[in-house]
Amino acid sequence: MAETTTHVAEPTRRDFLYIATGAAAAVGGATLVWPFIQSLAPDAATVAAGAPVEVDLAPIAEGQIVKVFWRGKLIFIRHRTADEIKSAQDVNVASLRDPQPDAARVKEGKPEWLVVYGNCTHLGCVPLGQQGEYNGWFCPCHGSVFDTSGRVRGGPAPINLPIPPYSFASDTKIIIGQEATA
Amino acid sequence: MSEHPTTYVPKSAFGKWFESRLPLAGLIHSSFIAFPVPRNLTYFWTFGAILVFMLVSQIVTGVFLAMYYTPNAAMAFQSVEHIMRDVNYGWLIRYLHANGASMFFVAVYIHIFRNFYYGSYKAPREVLYILGVIIFLLMMATAFMGYVLPWGQMSFWGATVITNLFSAIPVVGDTIVSYLWGGYSVGNPTLNRFFSLHYLLPFMIVGVVALHIWALHVPGQNNPTGIPIKSGKDAVPFTPYATIKDIFAVVVFMLFFAYWVFYMPNYLGHADNYIPANPAVTPAHIVPEWYFLPFYAILRAIPDKLGGVIAMVSAIVIWCFMPWLDTSKVRSTAYRPLYKQFFWLFVAVCVLLGWLGSRPAEGWYVIASQICTVYYFAHFLIVLPVLGFVERPLPLPNSILESVMGVQKGGAGMPAGANAEPHSKG
Repeated sequence: MAETTTHVAEPTRRDFLYIATGAAAAVGGATLVWPFIQSLAPDAATVAAGAPVEVDLAPIAEGQIVKVFWRGKLIFIRHRTADEIKSAQDVNVASLRDPQPDAARVKEGKPEWLVVYGNCTHLGCVPLGQQGEYNGWFCPCHGSVFDTSGRVRGGPAPINLPIPPYSFASDTKIIIGQEATA
Repeated sequence: MSEHPTTYVPKSAFGKWFESRLPLAGLIHSSFIAFPVPRNLTYFWTFGAILVFMLVSQIVTGVFLAMYYTPNAAMAFQSVEHIMRDVNYGWLIRYLHANGASMFFVAVYIHIFRNFYYGSYKAPREVLYILGVIIFLLMMATAFMGYVLPWGQMSFWGATVITNLFSAIPVVGDTIVSYLWGGYSVGNPTLNRFFSLHYLLPFMIVGVVALHIWALHVPGQNNPTGIPIKSGKDAVPFTPYATIKDIFAVVVFMLFFAYWVFYMPNYLGHADNYIPANPAVTPAHIVPEWYFLPFYAILRAIPDKLGGVIAMVSAIVIWCFMPWLDTSKVRSTAYRPLYKQFFWLFVAVCVLLGWLGSRPAEGWYVIASQICTVYYFAHFLIVLPVLGFVERPLPLPNSILESVMGVQKGGAGMPAGANAEPHSKG
């Protein structure tokens, strides 16, 4: 060590000032970065456009799958046939990759209406309806298979097609984006 | 090297005045005129110059395209068609840019495998090499975002699939993805930011390329023998030898490039990208551009979302560890008889992975992808470390000169001038 410094181990006032200045610069820098990162998030207009939407179910025939958009995301509304409902219910839930009974995926007393997000939970492609081993959906991109309850039954998708928040306004009308306030 | 003076002496009065204020001419002189290059370099060493040419070409064509392109989800597709149909020579500029991306990757893959074959990644060129890997990653990001801009079906769904890769990250994945999108799905904000970044990243590549070339000029170039320059007789000055050779190679590469542009400009693209983006319908068969296919095959080979993403990222990150995974003391594969076979097997596996990436993910394609993926990683984690210990390399020549001329006995039977002393023309 240089001969001019006699108390090397002892922190000096100057050391304190260095650390304090450095800390202030770090906090200031992080504060400045924050608005730039936040600007990347969905903006106010996009969030506002995510208001609930009404869908009239009356024109949807049995066996038909209708595609609607909410918050820019694709949603399938499937009017299930009696066979499809039965095959969705007659499943050993414990054997599923993402175990969920069919009853938990539809509204009570409305087993014929399945409402799920329309993007594969693997990498977001749109699965094709009424295809695949279980006649539910089949994703052409990477081969994920979903049953008539939108549950994953094969392929790389990790979880079931998620259920968007929705509620029945009447027997033939649902509001997507709004859960029933019981 | 001492035979190649690197001290530049300006001749004119202005040159002296300028040089004493900014020694730019001296830097150019020592880097690209007097710089000693191994006398045995083959045409595989011209791909650096070809890549610089492609980078400049992409930036120039891209700057012009940006004058006519509209980065808006409602107008992007039409603006690209407007470039193709209405803008004077718009079709040429766009085809040069679109095919230029593919040519860029053709050249970079040759450059990378040249480096693998001749052990250019080994000490003392590790930093040079890792900078190259960084350039490659930046190229991949730039190419991916560029492909999104026409806003066709492949653009849209490619963007969806690739950005969704980040959703595999536990806990924060979904938040990261919505920050990438600027919304709840790929949409106009995504297109806008991709355009911004697509314009930015090439200039970051220029910066890293400058570091890459700087790092190259510290140890100098590797060469087919892998042994360093030991005396001035092993080297020739960069100008005219390397300059002329590089220019010739660039011109030949331009012919190859022009063939694609003028005779099959859409061959490397995908027909579905001429359908406007439709978030309600996924194309029956999503494939990335050819240069991403081997990595795409690795992604799909792992039957687990997070695992697939980790494998794909690792497939490139593992390159950074090559200088330390390869235990052989011999650089050039030309003197490694056993490794030579593994090298070509590795090349075959990479090509096969590329082909498998273009196939649908079903049946035996999946199994073949899995086998190839395992071998891909085994090459780095098993073959490279083990071979250095078990392989008996061939004897190395004493010098680069000896490898070119044979053991020196005089000039009989040699081409005129081949035996001449290299000397600086600078």
